Amino acid sequence: MYQFNYKKVETIEEAVNELSANPESKILAGGMTLIPTMKQRLASPEQLIDIRNIKELNFIKEESNNIVIGSTTNHYTVASSDLIKNKLSSLSRLAEGIGDPHVRNMGTIGGAISNNDPTADYPAACLGLGATIKTNKREISADDFFVSLFETALEEDEIVVSISFPIISDSIYMKFPNPASRYAMAGVFMSKNTSEVRVAVTGASENGVFRWTEMESSLLNDWSKSSLEEVKLSPEGIMSDIHGNSEYRANLVNIMAIRAFEGINE
Amino acid sequence: MSLVELEINGKKISQDVEERQLLVHFIRDDLNLTGTHVGCDTSQCGACVIHVDGKAVKSCSMLAVQANDTKITTIEGLADGESLHPVQEAFRENHGLQCGFCTPGMIMAAVDIINRNSNLDEKIVREELEGNLCRCTGYQNIVKSILAASEKM
Repeated sequence: MYQFNYKKVETIEEAVNELSANPESKILAGGMTLIPTMKQRLASPEQLIDIRNIKELNFIKEESNNIVIGSTTNHYTVASSDLIKNKLSSLSRLAEGIGDPHVRNMGTIGGAISNNDPTADYPAACLGLGATIKTNKREISADDFFVSLFETALEEDEIVVSISFPIISDSIYMKFPNPASRYAMAGVFMSKNTSEVRVAVTGASENGVFRWTEMESSLLNDWSKSSLEEVKLSPEGIMSDIHGNSEYRANLVNIMAIRAFEGINE
Repeated sequence: MSLVELEINGKKISQDVEERQLLVHFIRDDLNLTGTHVGCDTSQCGACVIHVDGKAVKSCSMLAVQANDTKITTIEGLADGESLHPVQEAFRENHGLQCGFCTPGMIMAAVDIINRNSNLDEKIVREELEGNLCRCTGYQNIVKSILAASEKM
């Protein structure tokens, strides 16, 4: 690992000031992606700003039919929260399936979405539920937040404060984990309420998480197995690597969508 | 350098560390507690699992500076003098190890699993061992050991 400065901050304001003062800084939350990346010298920030001690970023609450989660809340806390289990179990189950227990004790929701790894789980939940991401400056809808691989709408001096998920009980996340790494090779987050169907896909596209709009309109038009099976994901633009080519991955997405649909109907 | 003050296995430590030093290297090289192992370079194997403020974490994926002001338990801190911790005893009784390299991480993970789950069964134990790799045992006796220990804790 290359040498860097380390700064622990106690408030959001302090974190933002540090970020503005040194644009080569990186925010350190759980560090479950950042530290392994730095170990491999794939990242070499000049300074780490440790935000894990900012108390106001660590919370889970219910607010006007939304579950609001502070950005430094770790995956274990989300997975084991009774409030989320009762109101939005799709999100508890997603959190329960991230990494392994030790990673879940450290990794945070804010870190996961700010990194926007194309195989991460949380971005699918944000898009699949139509979440709103609150930062120190503004509120960003999930539809505008995830830009491309490892790229978000966050500006250089902007940090995620909380994520607000609408409580949609007809929602589910289905993923096909890579048998070795356990990252999603294909993950589908599906939700359905009276006016909208959302189908978000992670792990598959060369451009990161995306909404599968063709599937959404087909299911909104007619919530049935036949309209589900009419739509097939095109392999174009789908990742192709040692673990599976684009045809294989596109088919996995189709299958995860079927499982999600069946799961919601159960 | 940054000052790190923490408590490890009941002992208070105050020491300057290089910011980039991993917690596992601090524990092994500076504190000479070599029971915590490094088995991979990719955060996958779990040989380095320790407890920080009661939670199981991978000490290879954490900086020593992040552990400032925490309470740490490593495998050396489990036994009570000469009497083994119930999980250590169960690993011995049930032949839960062969080469022993993964064992410190396995046992620290097992204690955490048992603490978090009141009704353990084989399925839960196997799922919970997601982050700990063993190349010898095929996990059978590790699972058996953890289930046996959970009866006694």
